[in-house]
Parts: sequence; C-alpha cells; structure tokens
Amino acid sequence: MKVNKTAFSLSAHPVMSELHVGTVALQCSPSAVFVWEMEDKVISPEKAEEAKLKARYPHLGQKPGGSDFLRKRLQKGQKYFDSGDYNMAKAKMKNKQLPTAAPDKTEVTGDHIPTPQDLPQRKPSLVASKLAG
Amino acid sequence: EVGVRAGGGNDIQWCFSQVKGAVDDDVAEADIISTVEFNHSGELLATGDKGGRVVIFQQEQENKTQSHSRGEYNVYSTFQSHEPEFDYLKSLEIEEKINKIRWLPQKNAAQFLLSTNDKTIKLWKISERDKRPEGYNLKEEDGRYRDPTTVTTLRVPVFRPMDLMVEASPRRIFANAHTYHINSISINSDYETYLSADDLRINLWHLEITDRSFNIVDIKPANMEELTEVITAAEFHPNSCNTFVYSSSKGTIRLCDMRASALCDRHSKLFEEPEDPSNRSFFSEIISSISDVKFSHSGRYMMTRDYLSVKIWDLNMENRPVETYQVHEYLRSKLCSLYENDCIFDKFECCWNGSDSIVMTGSYNNFFRMFDRNTKRDITLEASRENNKPRTVLKPRKVCASGKRKKDEISVDSLDFNKKILHTAWHPKENIIAVATTNNLYIFQDKMN
Repeated sequence: MKVNKTAFSLSAHPVMSELHVGTVALQCSPSAVFVWEMEDKVISPEKAEEAKLKARYPHLGQKPGGSDFLRKRLQKGQKYFDSGDYNMAKAKMKNKQLPTAAPDKTEVTGDHIPTPQDLPQRKPSLVASKLAG
Repeated sequence: EVGVRAGGGNDIQWCFSQVKGAVDDDVAEADIISTVEFNHSGELLATGDKGGRVVIFQQEQENKTQSHSRGEYNVYSTFQSHEPEFDYLKSLEIEEKINKIRWLPQKNAAQFLLSTNDKTIKLWKISERDKRPEGYNLKEEDGRYRDPTTVTTLRVPVFRPMDLMVEASPRRIFANAHTYHINSISINSDYETYLSADDLRINLWHLEITDRSFNIVDIKPANMEELTEVITAAEFHPNSCNTFVYSSSKGTIRLCDMRASALCDRHSKLFEEPEDPSNRSFFSEIISSISDVKFSHSGRYMMTRDYLSVKIWDLNMENRPVETYQVHEYLRSKLCSLYENDCIFDKFECCWNGSDSIVMTGSYNNFFRMFDRNTKRDITLEASRENNKPRTVLKPRKVCASGKRKKDEISVDSLDFNKKILHTAWHPKENIIAVATTNNLYIFQDKMN
C-alpha cells in the first residue's frame, strides 16, 4: 500500500499555529523533529477542496494563476461601446424615468440613439456620505 | 486554550466607543468603505468610500472631567475626492472608488493627505478658517459693491471671529501615469516624494511636481502571454528614504534600494517562504497572494497578509517569516465554495499597533483578529451594533471548525461571508482602533481604569 508521507516538524518556531483538520497535535520538546506518516486515504483539506472543484468544473485550466486569470484582473471594469453609451447607462442609474423613445430590443449596446433632450445634465447632484450624517 | 482573558494584567480590554454610518441593511454601493487611515498624531481619522468621498473625523480634546474615556471622533470635514470618469481610449469606466488615503505629517496649520482611485492621485489641503475680514470700504457685508461716490470716510477692515469652517481643496493632481489600476501609495520618509504602484509598475513622484514621475519598477513582460504575477502592494521604509518593498500575487516580497539603479527591476532582497511541493493544490497560488504589506514602526520588520494568514518578516532574513499567525485556518476546507463565490479574492489589510507589539487584521462575519507578538495570545472580536454600550468590554468570539459546537461558538457554515472586514487602523499612540464593516465605521478603545 502506498503511503503518503506528511512531514510535520516542530521547530523552534515561536508560534504553534492552529492545526488544520487532518493533522495530529503533538506535544514534544522544541528540539525534536517528527515525521508523521499518514495513510493514503487521508488527504489534506486543501487537496480535498481541489478535488471538489475539479469535479464541478472539469475543464478548469491546468495553470490556476496563469495568464488568463491575471489578464482578466488587469482589465477590470465594464466595457462600454462609447462615451454616449456610458453616459446613457449612468443616466439610467440615476434617473429612473427615461425619455419615451422606443428602445430597440435587438441592440446590444445602448438603448437608442440619444438626442440632446435625452442626455443628462453634466454633473449629477452629489450625495453626502452617510458616515458624515 | 487561546484567547485574551478579560481582566488579565497586561491584556487589553476592548470596549465599544462609537459607530458611524447608516443602520439599514440595504447598502448603497457608494457607501461601501474602501479605506481607513489615522493621521500621524491620531487626532484625525480619514475614510474613503466607493462613491469617491472622503470623510475626516477629529478627536475631541480630552475633557478633564471625563477622565474615564478619551475624546470622541466627530465629523471634521467631508468632500468629494474623485468622480467617475470615462477612459475614451479603452471604453472603460474609471471608478471613483478611493483605494488608499495617506496622510502627510503636519508641517503648518493645514493638514494634507493623498487620496487615490485607480488612475489619479490627488493632494488635498484641509484648512481651518475661524475668522473673516469685516469692514471693507467698497463692499457691503453681504458682498454687494457700494457706490464709490457714497463713501465719505475710510476705515481699516479687521478680522472678526466666525464659526469654524473646514475647507478641503485639491492642491495637486497627479494624473496619467498609470496604465493599470493603482493599488498603493506611500509617502517617503523624506516627506518630499512618494510612490504609487499599479499591477505592473511603480512610479516615484515629487509632491510639488505633477507633470513628471519616474518609473522605478516595471514588471510588464514584453509578451503579455508570459505574465505570471502582478504587484499587489508597495510601501516605503519608515526610516530609510532609499528603500521600499513591493509584494506580488505569488506571495513574494521584493525589497529595493533606489541607490542601486534608476530602475529597480532587480531586487536587493527577495522574501519568500519555501513551499512544500507535495502540498501544492489549485488554490495554493491564489491563497498565497499578498493583499497587504506594512512595515513596523521600527522599520526592522514587515508584515504581510495573505488569504489565510499574517506573517511577520525580519528584514534580515529572506528565506522565511519569523512569525506566522493563522487568521481563519478553518476556511482551508471551504476553499472550493470560497473560489466559487469569489471570496477567495478578497483583499484583507493588516496593521500594527503603535509599539509594534500587536497586529490586527479582519475576517468574515464582521470578525476581526488581534495577535499579541509577546504573549502569543490572540483574540477574535466582532464589530456589531449589538455590543453598543460604551465601556462594556467586548466578548471574545470563537469559531467552531468541526465537531461539536460549544455554546457561544459559531460554526463555519453559519459565518456570513458578505460581512467582511477588509480595512482596519490602529491609532499611532493609543489603544484606539477603527474597524470598517461594509458601510459602517466602528471605533473601539481600551477600558481605562
């Protein structure tokens, strides 16, 4: 039977941190070093979680922190078609009543071509922070 | 058993002091607190939020008759620091969220702070006005101009006291120097320069000069396909004006000396704890990403925060930290769900107390943790409106990892992962702490006498 060796050593490390599920607490003198051999079926909780994730998402990439993940992080934020699209989206958030022009439901970006009457005022009213209330 | 025993000789007994912010559960996104920082004297406490606003609180002068408590923090000034912008080139919104606030040491009557969003850093001057000129010859008191032909005598205008007015004005705007999102700013001990760091680059600025900045670190690969790590935090050394550190998403910290070369791409020291390859999992790199790095006040140590732990490094030892504290080790068996709900990417900050003997960091369920480096004891406390009575000592909390849950313990599955404490700050001199929940700011103090 294969044995998965898990080395656990108590060094002169000043802090004995909380032990996670799966290891066994040892009382011994600071100078002693123990290697505790565990059976194959006892996996670390982290590896058990990894197995769970791979079971749910079998196509998850081999390299976890790889380029795709980092590049997604570098470009955070919602992309808009253009500044008009952006301003329309902002106006929709701040002002629930939109002008009556019929929205084109097949358009992916923006609702309709804005006319001067549709565009919001340049500076919306500033709301004070509730911490200052 | 770990825990700070209430009533112990040297142990701090924390009491609720104040809470700021709305009570309702429905939190507007703009009200989410994104940074908290005491100034150098501790008299002022600044917060920044997702709506781009800064609120500054000032501690009341100590009342001689109320010797049992320190002064309360009241609103001193509030202003809109940043506004949302649109990046025309990339068709992306630039959030107004304040990522960091850093105070300058006080040099004159006014206070100065740097605040930054993803792209632009601003230097704000906060000044007091408590008198105004009266008795002009050509103007009425309400400002209307007088007809000069009606002036028959001349008088000398004088300053008269008025109600205190606190004004905030932007003195410098440091823009257009960062392609990626700014995660850190740090003022140098020379009090003339500061650094700003984004995901791939670090720039050095002079506080007086806004049209130029020097690039001192650039880790952008020639081919972006080769990108493997990003910069997550950076800070200047508190005493050596030539030294700074930056941390990475791979769990390393690099110390750089600006005297060595103009571009500090080659580090002077590399701090990294060796990993046991047999323990490596899909999550290893993600949870090793450092979310915050802070030098001790002494400058001898630095502290890093990764997803599950806080580590203290001695600047003289690169191969491993000298102390490691587990913040919430019970989450290791929940990493799968924490990855699915994105909590695994939460960026917790950490801070030192004034004497560098205790470190503090936040966790979930509005819990926050403190580790005493001398006694090796730790404590978990909760920021909640239920502990509202001033001078009542906070009760320590305990999370039950597995097995039978004792009375007063909370099980891991009951933790609210939407209630995260990412930002905490410790007064530079006193045992006063500021703890930010999603949209509330709590102030706790130690029990006096």
